[in-house]
Amino acid sequence: MSATTATPGGSGNTTVPAAKAPATAAAAPVRRRSGRTGRTLLGLLAWVVSLIFVSPLLWMLLTSLHAETDASTNPPSFTAPLTLDSYKTFFGADGGVNPWPFLINSAVAAVVSTLIVLVLSTMAAYALSVRRIKKWSDVLFFLLSTKMLPMVAGLLPIYLIAKSLGILDSWLLMIIVYTSMNMPIAVWMMRSFLAEVPVEVLEAAELDGARLPRVFMKILLPLTAPGLAATALICFIFSWNELLFASVLTSTAAGTAPVFLTSFVTSQGLFLSQVCAASLVISVPVLVAGIAAQDKLVQGLSMGAVK
Amino acid sequence: MSTATASAPAPASAATRAAVKRRERRAGWARRLPLLPALIFVLVVTQIPFVITIVISFMNWNAAYPDDIAFGTLKNYQAVFTDSDLLRAVGVTVALTVGVVLVSAVLGLLIALLLDRKFLGRGIVRTLMIAPFLVVPVAAALLFKHAIFNASYGLLNGLLTMIFGDNAPQWDVMTDHPLLAIGVVLVWQWTPFMMLIMLAGLQSRPLDVYEAAMVDGAGPWAAFRFITLPHLRRYIELAALLGTIYIVQNFDAVFTMTSGGLGTANLPYVIYQEFFVAQDYGVASAVGVIVVIASLIIATFALRTASTLLKEENR
Repeated sequence: MSATTATPGGSGNTTVPAAKAPATAAAAPVRRRSGRTGRTLLGLLAWVVSLIFVSPLLWMLLTSLHAETDASTNPPSFTAPLTLDSYKTFFGADGGVNPWPFLINSAVAAVVSTLIVLVLSTMAAYALSVRRIKKWSDVLFFLLSTKMLPMVAGLLPIYLIAKSLGILDSWLLMIIVYTSMNMPIAVWMMRSFLAEVPVEVLEAAELDGARLPRVFMKILLPLTAPGLAATALICFIFSWNELLFASVLTSTAAGTAPVFLTSFVTSQGLFLSQVCAASLVISVPVLVAGIAAQDKLVQGLSMGAVK
Repeated sequence: MSTATASAPAPASAATRAAVKRRERRAGWARRLPLLPALIFVLVVTQIPFVITIVISFMNWNAAYPDDIAFGTLKNYQAVFTDSDLLRAVGVTVALTVGVVLVSAVLGLLIALLLDRKFLGRGIVRTLMIAPFLVVPVAAALLFKHAIFNASYGLLNGLLTMIFGDNAPQWDVMTDHPLLAIGVVLVWQWTPFMMLIMLAGLQSRPLDVYEAAMVDGAGPWAAFRFITLPHLRRYIELAALLGTIYIVQNFDAVFTMTSGGLGTANLPYVIYQEFFVAQDYGVASAVGVIVVIASLIIATFALRTASTLLKEENR
């Protein structure tokens, strides 16, 4: 580091001829050293960029920890005293709307639909990768194409059918909607994880006379456990985030957290600190799930196309 | 069994062939069986509603006039193609989608290039970069609308005051450039998504090609232009197409930030509005059919990209 700063202009001059001439012993270390400075600077730049990207989130956290009077000032009061008042108010300390029913509705819809998706998608993925049916790729692409059609176009029929069946504003309806919403992604993901299991392992198990349930429990599940977990977390995130269907199909009984968040603002006017506290609390499950699944996040979001 | 079929007379061989075929068919169904629950679930819940939507789009059906329901009309499509609000929604959807996808794809690529090399704390930086994508979309929209873009106490104008003092310019983004505000939130949330896919692409590069290029005297720019970019092409396409699919459907940001006001209503919002507010089921369905057709066109390209990646993997 100190050597490079000692000859700042020189390093640039020596590398140019070095690139043309057959690499001389003297030029190589110089180039490597200037490369190291460049790499440090680029690393620093990466840090700066990521901090810029995360700064709105930090501002949300800081604002949620300020009193309302400190939260809405211009210029901003960065160093105002911290308080948990907004979180207390959010959880109903001042007799406002209790958020727990909404959080529980979201959790039930997201968790139950995710469990159903996991079972059905693993079965389907087995028929599309391990013991393949003939037209396996046609089925995969049919599933993918359903995901590409906007679900909003099916909103009205789903509303009308749910209304005639009398299941509007119920857990059952949201579980059905979220299960079908996530099924294609989950099948694609589980297919790509099951396809990674070496064929030899399965053949060996079958030679030993192991039957399907046993092969599943003893070989496929342990080998695909990380993939299964990632699939679960991604399905959970999509269900937890969903707003459009929840806002049309639910009201008081099965309303979800995002619905609560939108109504929270319109019904109580603007309380900046509280809005930030509410937004953060409702985002925490997704942040935790996403960071836990970050290594497999790409594979899930690209439906298994990218590893 | 082979000797039996070879020596047996004709009717017996036909019987064995039928038995084999029957067994094959049974085996075929045994293979298909685990697939069926998932497939039927998806068909019933996502495809049948589309068919019903097509039917309703040809109906005269407004929930406010329940006695006036009739089938067999093109009125809804006429309404869609002559209504200036709906046509504007098409323009807004295209502008928002293209703008957000382009900006976030370029940013995502640049950040992926930064994160591709080793440096101190790379894992932490990567996690920080992903965080915006993991904020509930409604929460992200509320955060930008109130805590950042608000004209009197948002962070943006607050920082301007801090830097330029009392005569600082004050921007009212939510009133003057509402579509830009929505675009900023979407770029903030989708750049990490683009970055993740590009980074996966970068890290799957064959490194020996680079070493060979460096030995041959290729500079970093030449290596990027002639090796990295061609390798990344499919990843860039995939990121852009997946981003397009998700952003065309965006509802949360528009709903939360502007409620479709000030010329920011996109197609999903218009469907929601026709259905939920105007209660014109016919027009809502006609818009839905049009959105589906537009999505099918985009999806065809996306499927082609995905299928080349799938073929490569199975080779």
